[in-house]
Amino acid sequence: MNSIKFLYSAYAATWTIHLLYIGSLVRRYRRLKQELSELKQK
Amino acid sequence: MKRLFPILAVLTALMLVYAVYQALVVAPTERTMGDVQRIFYYHVPSAWTAFLLFFVNLVASVAYLVKRNPKVDALAMVSAEVGVVFCTVVLVTGPIWARPVWGIWWTWDVRLTSTLVLWLIYVSYLLLRRFSDSAQAPALAAALAIFGALDIPLVYFSIWFFRTQHPQPVIGGGGSIDPRMWRVLLINWMAFLCFALLMCWSRYRLETMRREVEEAQALESLLGDDRGPSAEIRNPKVALNRSGQ
Repeated sequence: MNSIKFLYSAYAATWTIHLLYIGSLVRRYRRLKQELSELKQK
Repeated sequence: MKRLFPILAVLTALMLVYAVYQALVVAPTERTMGDVQRIFYYHVPSAWTAFLLFFVNLVASVAYLVKRNPKVDALAMVSAEVGVVFCTVVLVTGPIWARPVWGIWWTWDVRLTSTLVLWLIYVSYLLLRRFSDSAQAPALAAALAIFGALDIPLVYFSIWFFRTQHPQPVIGGGGSIDPRMWRVLLINWMAFLCFALLMCWSRYRLETMRREVEEAQALESLLGDDRGPSAEIRNPKVALNRSGQ
């Protein structure tokens, strides 16, 4: 039972890392898109 | 190409779900370690993917030093960044696996330490890319990447040359693995490779867009601002108006 906790923790940690990275990509994409639209307005 | 991305994303998501099912349900339970050994199906493919991405970074860095092509430089940066993500997964899942099996979270043996050094080298590479405004930064980063890549064979072969706590490698280690475990391992690696490809693709598009925005901003500050010094250079009347003459 105890080892199952470690197994699920490892899988959860893996997906947390990947999702955090994907989140950072989305955030950076939105910021660039906003900068691009501001440049177009000028 | 734009249509291909969502198709590949859906296929990758399906592959990842199937890979988890294979790892948690279909793969046989290891006799000594029990269920915790299933961390293997995430830990090992993540390590292989990280090594592959660092190798791509090495090739792209050498190509950049030879040809000075900015597209190759972008590829080097992207592969290093996604490689660091996968290497982080290795460094996090390893201790979680080690705790119930070895009784400790971490030990400073050659395999673990060289993997941590590898991660630190590529984090330094990314920091150099992020915070240096110098025009020489891509070339310096490429040189750092070449030295960093020297650590990859050290990480992989350290188990052969030194006595370590870490088990023998799956490929070429001389140990045996159940064919059903092999199959599940390869399925998970394929899924992670597709996922890494998608992340690299997205990050490459983002990097291209960032460079375009930077170029547009530089051009805009050079031509568009009437109050800037560039305007004074282009039109001396602006300078005269500013000084009140």
